[in-house]
Parts: sequence; structure tokens; C-alpha cells
Amino acid sequence: MKPAVMPLEELMGSGHLACQGCGATQAMRFALKVLGPETALVIPACCWAVIDGTFPHSAVNLPIYHTAFETAAVVASGLKAGLEMRGDTETTVMAWAGDGGTFDIGLQALSGAAERNDDIIYVCYDNEAYMNTGIQRSSSTPVGAWTTTTPVTNYKREPKKNMIDIMAAHSIPYIATASTAYPHDFMAKVKKAKSIRGTKYIQIFAPCPTGWKMAPELSVKSARDAVTSKVYPLLEITEHGQKLKVWKDFEPTSVRDYMKVQGRFRHLKDEEFDQIEKDVEMKWQRLVAKEKMLASIPGLIE
Amino acid sequence: MKKVIMGNHSVSHGVMASEVKVISAYPITPQTHIVELLSEMCGNGDIDAKFIKVESEHSAMAACVGASAAGSRAFTATSSQGLLLMHEMLHWAVGARLPIVLANVNRAVGPPWSIWTDQNDSLSQRDVGWLQIYCESNQETQDTIPQAFKIAEELQMPVMIVLDAFFLSHTYEIVDIITKEEVRKFLPEYKPEIKIDTKDPHSFGNLGGPDVYMELRYMIQEAMEKGIDVIKRVDKEFEEVFGRGYGLIQPYRCDDAETILVTSGTVSSTTRAVIDQMRDEGIKIGSLKIRVFRPFPFEEVFEVLSKAKKVAVIDRNISFGNGGIFYQEIKSALYGRTDIPIVGYIAGLGGRDITPSVIREIADKAIGDDKPERYINWIGVKK
Ligand SMILES: Cc1ncc(C[n+]2csc(CCOP(=O)(O)OP(=O)(O)O)c2C)c(N)n1
Ligand SMILES: [Mg+2]
Repeated sequence: MKPAVMPLEELMGSGHLACQGCGATQAMRFALKVLGPETALVIPACCWAVIDGTFPHSAVNLPIYHTAFETAAVVASGLKAGLEMRGDTETTVMAWAGDGGTFDIGLQALSGAAERNDDIIYVCYDNEAYMNTGIQRSSSTPVGAWTTTTPVTNYKREPKKNMIDIMAAHSIPYIATASTAYPHDFMAKVKKAKSIRGTKYIQIFAPCPTGWKMAPELSVKSARDAVTSKVYPLLEITEHGQKLKVWKDFEPTSVRDYMKVQGRFRHLKDEEFDQIEKDVEMKWQRLVAKEKMLASIPGLIE
Repeated sequence: MKKVIMGNHSVSHGVMASEVKVISAYPITPQTHIVELLSEMCGNGDIDAKFIKVESEHSAMAACVGASAAGSRAFTATSSQGLLLMHEMLHWAVGARLPIVLANVNRAVGPPWSIWTDQNDSLSQRDVGWLQIYCESNQETQDTIPQAFKIAEELQMPVMIVLDAFFLSHTYEIVDIITKEEVRKFLPEYKPEIKIDTKDPHSFGNLGGPDVYMELRYMIQEAMEKGIDVIKRVDKEFEEVFGRGYGLIQPYRCDDAETILVTSGTVSSTTRAVIDQMRDEGIKIGSLKIRVFRPFPFEEVFEVLSKAKKVAVIDRNISFGNGGIFYQEIKSALYGRTDIPIVGYIAGLGGRDITPSVIREIADKAIGDDKPERYINWIGVKK
């Protein structure tokens, strides 16, 4: 990853309502730096519905349309169509939703928009649970995690849903993962998404210190460790799902170390950490093999 | 130009003439023809609109919300289960004050599965804040679409127009088809003051505390109340251009009527035939069609019904645990102002025919029963 200059443009003010160390808030700030003022946002129910501020205040100097929990993608589709019919073809419409609004309740509408290849950017800030309602599990919550609906006596047994594969199955032009610890990588991906017509999906790993029972100052570190421990690979899927690029240019770190600073994994025993480490490695190997496989098919891409 | 077309297609023609910019819909019997014809109209360029083919009715209304917020005229059509699936977004359109127009074909709600008409789908959405207009003929249905947009855009409120499944949706009638050019004389271009615009950025619908919420709700009710006059005026303006008007309510032979039958939808036409027959027999009877259900035209209804000695309300719907919904509304319009007996009759649920003899039975019952024991009477229920 090339070092880059942080754009000075600031479309987010400081008067927002987020908790300390909120990854979702950092992510928005970075995204807006590259999207610029000709952007309209659609935000469903999620922490960001609150972070923006209470009427008549807004922490973001852009038009924001707040909408129902499961409708981010399709309201963005409608908004884009409405703007175009009004003669505005320039505005970038970005849906900005949490993992619950994406992996769970908003999946149907997102799938619809992606299948139609509507010209929107959809960003899911992934904090791996329903945080706004007080830390309940979502299908993005990783295996082993505590949440208020997966108590330590019955912590989450199911693996995190592979949302990236689901989006790849829609053959949309651009898919990427990102992490708040790598803002330049994220901003480059947002910039690329802005330049492409059709549905673009970016999923950014966005730590929630409050929900993960972790010190706020560990927000960025854990976002970095998630990537270098291969828990949250940084990747891009282009050419309508036919090309995969996985970022591997890092010193691998330990999955256990990544998890141990987070209270949500505190109850796990050594054997359980062992199993999780194995799973992470297996998924990583599979991902890298897939990358190779796709690259080896000649003439796949026109 | 006059053409023989089905009720559903009269909706499509109304939408085309209203120069709608974004259409989003999902198929459901018996509404589907509306959007099929609209797809065709979009395809061959008869209408310059984007058609968003969504994966559900919930998304259809959500897409309309987005499009309308962007400042474009938006339309959808649905029926029964589809309308119910939209419920959350129906509320959203109201709170957001978006002038979306929806055509709902009244279809009974399952289970058991039914595709036939009754009004429980739209009437169960009574309290969400949409204006509701019940149509009786294909001509009225077509003409009500541009009226609905004009009303909606002036009040910044969404409007639902309602037509009976099959008895209207699939019935062919002669319709004087309106054109864009004609409608332009009546319906101005939609230019909302507030919309999603990067040159004038606002946050729409963000957290509103107890200090602001109530005022916003008050304003919605205010718009509804203002709606009565707006609907009347818009109807007149329509009449000036097209020579046809429909009013809030339609009294028929009510002037000296001792008994008045209250109806809505297609039952109204059948009822008028029965009224004529009974008038020929010398019976002083009339009927009152309720066209606009929300806002409820309290004064207009009172004006007509207060002159009668007895009121019978025919409901093709049922609010379980209470009674017919129009019956409740009529009672509330007359409450404390007269002591005329008002009796409710539930008929025709799930598409069962309301024939002239059914209406005659209701009329005879209403006239014969001076002190009705029951105020909620089921007509034609098999033992
Ligand atoms: C239909 C509906 N169901 C439930 C809710 C309550 N609700 C609001 S936000 C939320 C969780 C959001 O989780 P996520 O999308 O992950 O965003 P986060 O809160 O983590 O930022 C829930 C369950 C709602 N607003 N609407
Ligand atoms: Mg979340």
C-alpha cells in the first residue's frame, strides 16, 4: 500500500453523537473526503441514524435521507432514478448501512438493487452486531462472540455469513473489503467505486469499542490486527465477479492476540481459540486459492 | 378519444397522462395489468419514466420514497398482501410528506388465499395518514389519478386511489382517455421546494425528539383537514378542463329520502339501480356514495344524512371485534348531532357478489326494522 496524503476536504463536522473510538464514524469521514460535495447519502436505522445528530442539526454537510431499516439499497435506487429524471446525473448516491441492515434485514432489497445493477455505492460498515439497539447478534457476528442475545453461556456458535460471496454471486462490477486502520486503501476503493457505473459494494471493518467491550484507544489497532491476522482479508472483486485480488503484503499476526483484547471473546477457552485460528487459516487458504484459480482461467475476461 | 378499456388500464392511462417520472411496482393479482401496461408505455416511449422493477412491494414503496424525495413524481400500484407488506413504508411516505400516488386494487386478505374483492386491505391502512379515494367506474378511476397527484403535491401528502378487484379492475367500460397535453392544463409540473439536492444539503428524517415530533404530527392532521377543500377545488378545476367532476361524496335521490343506503366502490352503481326500482314502488329511499374516505368528509356526510330517518351502511369489510369500518365512520360523523338510527350491514366479503337482490334485502331490513336489535348485521352468511 502506497503512503498517500490525507485529503483536507472535510464534509463531516465534529459535533456528531458517536461513542469514543467509533469505527463507523471514522469510516464515514474517510469516505466523504474522496466522494466530495456532489454526494447524497441514504442511511437506514443503525448507529449512523443517531450519529448524524438530532433535528435540526446534522454532522454531515451533505443531503442525507434517513430511511427504514431494510430499505437503504432500494431507497438509494429510487433516489438515483428520481435525481436522473430531474436532470441531475452527477450526484453520487451512497447507501450507508450497518451489518444488520446489510447481512440481515436489508439483504433482500440489496440483492434486488445489485441484480438490477442500479448505479449506487453501497457501503456496509461492519461492526459485527446490532449496536444501535444495544449489541445483539447479527449474521455478521463472528463465531465465539458474546452479544446480549448470545450470552457467554450460549455464545455465538455459527460462523459469520460470507456476505462478500453473496454479493459476488450478483456479478456486480465492483466489490471490496476495507478496514478503518487502512484509510488510504479505503479511500482509493471508494474513489474507484465512484468512477464505475452500476452497483458497487464496499464492506469496511469498523470496530465498535462499546459493543466489543474494548478500550476506545484500541479501535484502530484492532482494525489493523483483524487484517494482519487474516480474520478480515482486504480484497477487491472486479470484472463482475471474475477477478479477485487479495492483499497479502503484511507481516502475519496472531488471531488470538487480535481477539484477546476484546471483551466479547473473553469467555473463550484455549481449545476454542485453537479451532477459530484453524478456521481463519482454512478460509484464508481457500480465498488465496480462489484468487489463483480465477487468475488461471485464460480468456475469462473479455 | 373514447376507448373500451379495463379498469386496471384506466389507471395506467391516468398515470401516463400525469407524466409520472418514476414507477416502481411488484406484480400481484388483480393489479398486475396496471404495471404491465405501464412497462409497455415506458418501453415504447409513451411515457418518459424510469421503471424500477423491485423484488417486493416493501421495496416498491421504498423506491417511490427515494424518487419522490429526489423531487420526481412517483407512482406504484398494488393489492392486498402487497399493500400490507408496504405498511411500514406507507407510514414513511406520510412522515416524510411525500406526494406519492398509489393505486390499490381491493382484494381480500388471506388465509384462505383469495384474489377476490373486499376492502380490508386498504381500510386496514386507514390510520397511516394516506388520503384514500374509492372509485366506482373506469372513467372515474382514470380521472382520479391526475387529481390525486394535484392534491398530493399541494398538500405534500401521499394519496391512495382504490378500486374493486374484478368488478372494476377487470371490467371493460368506455373511457374518454385523457392525454398529457390536456392534463398539463390542469396539473402543473412537480417542483417541490424541498428535495434532495447537493446544492442545498439537508438531513431528512433524522432523530426528532419529543420537542418536535408532536408538531410534525399536528401538521399532518392539518394537511388532512385542509384536504377537504383542496379536493373539492381540484375536482372543480378538473371539471373545468374535462367536463367531469366527482365530489367528495355522491348523494343519489336523497332530497326527500327517509332511508339512505351508504355505499362505496362498485356497490354504489348497483345500489342506484335498486334505489330507482324502489322509488318506482313509491318508497322514499336514496343512497350516498363515499368517494373520499380520508380525509373523512364529516360535514358533507352530515349534511346529507341528517335529513333522513334511517341510515343503513353497507360494508364490504370488517373490523373484527367492532364492525363495518364505514359504519363506524358514519356513526362518528353523526354522533351527538342527531339520533337517527344507523345500522351496519356486512356483505360481499372475499368477492361474494353484492347483487341487486342483496341490496334490496338490506334496504327492506333497514326500512322494516324500527328498533334494530343488532347494529352489525351479516348478510347472506350460510348457516
Ligand atoms: C423493521 C425494524 N426492526 C428493528 C428495528 C430496530 N433497530 C434499529 S437499528 C437496529 C440494529 C442495527 O444494526 P446494524 O445494522 O448492524 O447497525 P449498527 O447499529 O451496528 O450501527 C435495530 C435492530 C428497526 N428500526 N426497524
Ligand atoms: Mg452493526
